[in-house]
Amino acid sequence: MSVEAWGQIRSNPKFQTFVKKRNRYSIIMSVLVIFAYFGFILLIAFDKAFLAQQIVPGGVTSLGIPLGVGVILFTIVLTWIYVRRANTEFDAEAEAILEESTK
Amino acid sequence: MNPLVTTLIAVIAIALIGFFGTAFGAGPDTGQTQQQATNWTAISMFAAFVIITLGITKWAAARTRSVADFYTAGGGITGFQNGLAIAGDYMSAASFLGISGLVFANGFDGLIFSIGWLVGWPVLTFLMAERLRNLGKFTFADVASYRFAQTPLRSFAATGTLVVVAFYMIAQMVGAGQLIKILFGLEYIYAVILVGVIMMMYVLFGGMTATTWVQIIKAVLLLGGATFMAVMVLLQFGFSPEALFAKAVEVKTGLAAATGKSAEEAAKAGASIMAPGGLITDPISAISVGMALMFGTAGLPHILMRFFTVPTAKEARKSVAWATTWIGYFYILTFIIGFGAIVNLIPNPGEYFVNGDLAKGLNGGGNMAAVHLANAVGGNVFLGFISAVAFATILAVVAGLTLSGASAVSHDLYASVWRHGNVDSDTELRVSKITTVALGVIAVLLGILFEKQNVAFMVMLAFTIAASANFPVLFMSVLWKNCTTTGAVVGGTVGLVMSVVLTVLSPGVWEATLGNPKGSAWFPYSTPAVFSITAAFVTIWIVSLLDRSARAQKERALYPDQMTRSETGVGAAEASAH
Repeated sequence: MSVEAWGQIRSNPKFQTFVKKRNRYSIIMSVLVIFAYFGFILLIAFDKAFLAQQIVPGGVTSLGIPLGVGVILFTIVLTWIYVRRANTEFDAEAEAILEESTK
Repeated sequence: MNPLVTTLIAVIAIALIGFFGTAFGAGPDTGQTQQQATNWTAISMFAAFVIITLGITKWAAARTRSVADFYTAGGGITGFQNGLAIAGDYMSAASFLGISGLVFANGFDGLIFSIGWLVGWPVLTFLMAERLRNLGKFTFADVASYRFAQTPLRSFAATGTLVVVAFYMIAQMVGAGQLIKILFGLEYIYAVILVGVIMMMYVLFGGMTATTWVQIIKAVLLLGGATFMAVMVLLQFGFSPEALFAKAVEVKTGLAAATGKSAEEAAKAGASIMAPGGLITDPISAISVGMALMFGTAGLPHILMRFFTVPTAKEARKSVAWATTWIGYFYILTFIIGFGAIVNLIPNPGEYFVNGDLAKGLNGGGNMAAVHLANAVGGNVFLGFISAVAFATILAVVAGLTLSGASAVSHDLYASVWRHGNVDSDTELRVSKITTVALGVIAVLLGILFEKQNVAFMVMLAFTIAASANFPVLFMSVLWKNCTTTGAVVGGTVGLVMSVVLTVLSPGVWEATLGNPKGSAWFPYSTPAVFSITAAFVTIWIVSLLDRSARAQKERALYPDQMTRSETGVGAAEASAH
């Protein structure tokens, strides 16, 4: 039963475009996280002095701390942005395609 | 491979590592702790936790009738609940006590690990969460073996699961034993048996429903306790992080000056907690550790299993978003807690340090920073609370690990490989319960066997194996149409063997655990992840491309259907309709 439905869904050109669009979005988001994280790690490996400098001259807090906490917040925010779009826009689109393909 | 043989090999391999560790007199052990006076407040709070959670287990037992209830709570957990449970699985004693201890000792460096442990989550969300939910039923092997030959692929996935579970479990059991000596003032062996028995009751009677609720309760208590501590610390400084950091630098400078350093050196030592230090030395180790943490998350079987406890892909996505939020928030708290420990504990050596001597370190070892801080900001009752929560954390994580190990044996090895799927729900449930008992006994024995060992490397090893064996197989089988059974099994095995062998040959095990002279390690980096992950992916790719068998052709032809199901969830409905 499923096999037949899968075939019908796949033959709908809208499905192919949809999958491509959603995958591109997933990959862009993943690349953003990977860049942020490995960028941070490479800074630690190659330029410790950059992270060690004070944000405010005469203060104590180093640039590394807001950057590190920033990576944590960036990760959380990016996850919610993705989930929100996937759960509303993408799911609605997928449902419409499924309905159209299997009726 | 015969499933019994696979299980045996996994057990024997681990026992051997334990044996050799013991035989070769495992060097100086930083994990050893002194037993403290019996702490009745902590013990009674822990007893209350156990009574409440066993009550929940009784309630869950009435709802655990089928294998689906046992493995996945019947798919009836909401995204928000599952997010808390995932966070609970992830916020182990290692992350709470270990990271705050690391911040206490090195400041900024502690943050590097927190971030590494967090960034795997979004990648898991973006690329895998929904596909796992749409293709799987009970275990990640369901997903990885979807279009492949069941026997080889499930045998491999079950081995990967059991090895990861075993290393993770040893770290937890030994941690429990060491903790109970300090926190409750009880013998090591009591802790190990206590964890084994209570955990077995959760899993055996309440299955995934009980395990999930134990995790949720623990996560809420841990997040609540850590929030309280962080707020109390920030309160001391008018909620100004700058003032907290300034005081911490001042305290560390004073500490360095007291040990006989010149004013200039002392100032440098004080300021060093604000900057990356010696934890990450060479770029290869930095990238390698980063990759192990990032991709290991997406290969931990007890975490992957949680994606099958929610009813839809929508809820699966929501659960990781919540999990990421709680875990990220928790890591920010541990960072504040570590700094809070610097400013509260070091000025009071008489109370918190061995013989009141700063040079001798914290009572109970460096991992006790958060526990002592609990006493400093909340008094004895709050200390009891945090001690009980820390111990409950281990209990809950071990329960999750056992459930995932049991499902690998009963669902993947017994039902699918051994009986070729011809087995009814009752029989499979009985096998998983027998396995739970067996794993409980093995966990206790491993805890005893490894008592004197330095197991610090084992969590990292579990992540490295998860990243190098489980993750590449899962990723390629779901996303690459040309992947074949042979490619996946050979590539995954290469990743598994390389991560274990190279970890044993790395300085952390070869020198620190096996006691060989410094500089004699054959493999110079902290973790082999960058090499073992790459090797696994390349091997899967090459072997799959060279695979010209009829079976391979058939598997490639099945990809479009698999892709359609993984993208839409059509056909997956029956997986959660219990």
